[in-house]
Amino acid sequence: MSETNGHGELPGDAPDAEPAGPHRVIGTPPPAEARTLLGDREPDGGKVAPRELPADPADLRKAKAAERLVAALFILAMLAGIGFIAAYIGLPAGSMDAVLRSNLALGGSMSVAFLGLAFGATIWVRHLMPDVELTEARKPLASPAADRAAFAETFAEGADASQFVKRPLLRRTLIAATLPIAVAPIVLLRDMGPLPGTSLRHTVWRNGVRLMEDVTYTPIRPADFSSPGGMITVIPEGYEYDDDALAKAATIIIKFRPGQLQPPTVLNWTVDGIVAYSKICTHVGCPVSLYEQTTHHILCPCHQSTFNAPKGAEVVFGPAARPLPQLPITTDAEGYLVASSDYHEPVGPSFWERG
Amino acid sequence: MAIDRALEGVGGFLDDRFRGAKGFRTLFKKIFPDHWTFLLGEIALYSFIILLLTGTFLTFWFQPSMTQVVYHGSYTHLDGVRMSEAYASTLHISFDVRGGLLMRQIHHWAADLFMAAIFAHMLRIFFTGAYRKPREVNWLIGIVLLTLGMLEGLFGYSLPDDLLSGAGLRILEGVIQSIPVVGTYLAFFLFGGAFPGNDIIPRLYILHVLLIPGLILALITAHLFIMFHQKHTQMPGKGRTDQNVVGAPMYPYFMAKTGAFFFFTFAALALASTFAQINPVWLYGPYTPVAMSAGSQPDFYMGMLEGALRVMVPWEWNVAGHTFSFNVFVPALLPLGVIFTGAALWPFIEQWITGDKREHHVNDRPRNAPTRTAIGIAVITFYGVLWLEGANDVIADHLDIALYTTTRIAQVSMFVAPVVAYILTKRICLGLQRKDQHLIEHGVETGIIRQLPSGEFIEVTHPLSEEERAKLGSITPPPSLPAPDSADHNGIPAPGSHGAIGKVRARLNSILTESIEVTGSNGHGNGHGGPGTDGNGHAPGEHEHAAVPAGAVPAGAVPAGGSQEASLGAGEAGSSSDDGGGSGDGAGHDGSGDEDSGYRDSGYDGTDN
Repeated sequence: MSETNGHGELPGDAPDAEPAGPHRVIGTPPPAEARTLLGDREPDGGKVAPRELPADPADLRKAKAAERLVAALFILAMLAGIGFIAAYIGLPAGSMDAVLRSNLALGGSMSVAFLGLAFGATIWVRHLMPDVELTEARKPLASPAADRAAFAETFAEGADASQFVKRPLLRRTLIAATLPIAVAPIVLLRDMGPLPGTSLRHTVWRNGVRLMEDVTYTPIRPADFSSPGGMITVIPEGYEYDDDALAKAATIIIKFRPGQLQPPTVLNWTVDGIVAYSKICTHVGCPVSLYEQTTHHILCPCHQSTFNAPKGAEVVFGPAARPLPQLPITTDAEGYLVASSDYHEPVGPSFWERG
Repeated sequence: MAIDRALEGVGGFLDDRFRGAKGFRTLFKKIFPDHWTFLLGEIALYSFIILLLTGTFLTFWFQPSMTQVVYHGSYTHLDGVRMSEAYASTLHISFDVRGGLLMRQIHHWAADLFMAAIFAHMLRIFFTGAYRKPREVNWLIGIVLLTLGMLEGLFGYSLPDDLLSGAGLRILEGVIQSIPVVGTYLAFFLFGGAFPGNDIIPRLYILHVLLIPGLILALITAHLFIMFHQKHTQMPGKGRTDQNVVGAPMYPYFMAKTGAFFFFTFAALALASTFAQINPVWLYGPYTPVAMSAGSQPDFYMGMLEGALRVMVPWEWNVAGHTFSFNVFVPALLPLGVIFTGAALWPFIEQWITGDKREHHVNDRPRNAPTRTAIGIAVITFYGVLWLEGANDVIADHLDIALYTTTRIAQVSMFVAPVVAYILTKRICLGLQRKDQHLIEHGVETGIIRQLPSGEFIEVTHPLSEEERAKLGSITPPPSLPAPDSADHNGIPAPGSHGAIGKVRARLNSILTESIEVTGSNGHGNGHGGPGTDGNGHAPGEHEHAAVPAGAVPAGAVPAGGSQEASLGAGEAGSSSDDGGGSGDGAGHDGSGDEDSGYRDSGYDGTDN
């Protein structure tokens, strides 16, 4: 079935054809039988089989042109490679501008080098290697029945000799012996972390902890936050750098005009129209960072759960199932906003034991 | 000659010790079929190699530590900012290590290309039926590789500990916590306590640089060895059968081609990394659980999960003191879980429905398996809707659509669009099959109208080349199922054919094997298709243009008379049906009709059928 593709003839006018000694006329198809690749069947008697691949491409003049082009591309790749090394040595890193220059020079030269190699190799294969299409026979994947039977016999013999089948006591005790060892690695993972206990139910907020502005880390008086419509992120005093604490305790405060806040917002837990909600989304825990002043909606940027700020941060859209918990706040003796207790329910995403 | 000397020297040295001459000869002569889609898997392989190389480079400087430091490095915008060592060392790699930024960007682009190539490769395998026996195991390995690739990517882009990746970890924590019964414990064990803790980055690091790449490497090796042992599939064409492989030998052809392709892959990644910035973590800032920026997106291969989380309705149950967060664990686990499980089981489901236990080495053209192709497109559509929903805020912003509207559209279209896609795809496939059938029977229209001596006008058509004919007629019909409740002569029903299950199977079979009878060079009887497949019914109707009984008239044939010419064409068609030895109704091969006139045709066909 095999055959060389189409142009199997040496063009009579090929001037570049070197006198290559006594060899067959290029492209003359050898007998089909010999050119069929028969898997790993032994060529009989170690005789040298006739050539299966033509030694040269059909069109030697085109091949010469292709050779020059490939060589040019490889030289380009070499120069680009030298350029890469030069750019590494010559261009420092250490600032944004320097890094951008360096990245451009290194990446550009590297791209050119690989492109030169890639195009060169492709043209080489396409225009310098002679076209071939060969056929290899496929053997059925399944073993011949006799081989299977022989294997089954060997397997059964071994099983008999091992006594594994005959002596169930040994078999069962062996299996019993390996079971605990198999479970042990899982047990070993136990100390990967502490048990959750009730830690997800609490935050570090408690009576008297000041609400600190997130960026400047300053306490807030209600009068400082007088313009309605804004949303400020606050964190508990003393936990500025404690990410574990902040991951649960991050809170937002929003100022409303008198009368805007309605149940289920707990009005006793607000100060002068300032209400505090957990900033940790009840969906999967992203910080709810967006506030739309006109609609008073708090929006989570991750999955767009939307909470109605003046009405107890109830869910108005999105995948979150529960409102943002409200933090009871009041003012301390110096007039700063403080928590009057921890959150009254667990903040953040749901968990199995939450209830 | 230099080659002889090298063989004597190095080759002799090696063969004296390892006896490799015969094995390597076989290896060198191994035939590799060629088709552009076969390159998709190679892209994945080479991306992985590039990932290993660039990733190793990055580990020389990266510090997988969550210890807080104050940054005083080259990136002055973050001077004096507290951050983890992981983030600081990422800045160091980007701004102080020469070539560091380039390697980081190549690593990230290569990860995206790796996943994209795996997806494309997998779709190619599915749509061409290359997963069929004997390649089911490699298909399963592929699905595991895809899953591992997703995890590897997620863990990898979480390592720099920037604001975006930290948010991704927060979402991961929320999702794990939502798992009933064990979720809270799993989250605490993974994070070493409450989120974020100090352990997650070092733990993800060792998973990312050792465990998962090791598994991927091992599975890729198995994947390649199995492919190598079973030999590559081939696309249909002249001389290609299930008993052979047609192509070029590995040495030197495939070696050179694949070497070139490695360079192309590396060049593409280098170009992307030079000119297209990816994951500029210095712009996001270090992670803090307090802040989050708008427009956050995961890498594209996680987008579908993100979309599933966004599209879900807020269902949560509290039962007996326990919380079922359907709004989280259902979208996180169900859609992708169903797709992957379905994909894993599909080869076996298909085998059961069709009863086809034969080896397949010639691939299907997607149109020749209309139902399978339609199922595939439906799944892609479902995936695509959720994937787009994962970027709905960006879409809403750019297309000026209300944010919630995009989600509502997704909520509806995730159910409707796949059905529409299924129906459309199936119709398109059947239409393409009819076109192929027409081409096989009538050849290619030349646009030349010829008047016969008898005064009749015919359109001259050019017969297909043998290669085309072999390609178009490549359909291999499945064997027929035993009819429901049929029994052999001993009265024993064939397995899987009796009772309700037998009926379901027969019904599924008639849906899955719905196909036009494309009878080409390897023609076949069409008794198998079961009753009611389109093939039998329509072919005669389509067979002839009314009043223009052209047949496959060879261009340039001098018509001695209408009948002479037409019989040439009819002869071809007739012989192909004979090949199959089909006991079928010979639909489409009513060659005798062609000879005389188109009018008579239809009359005979009607009665024949």
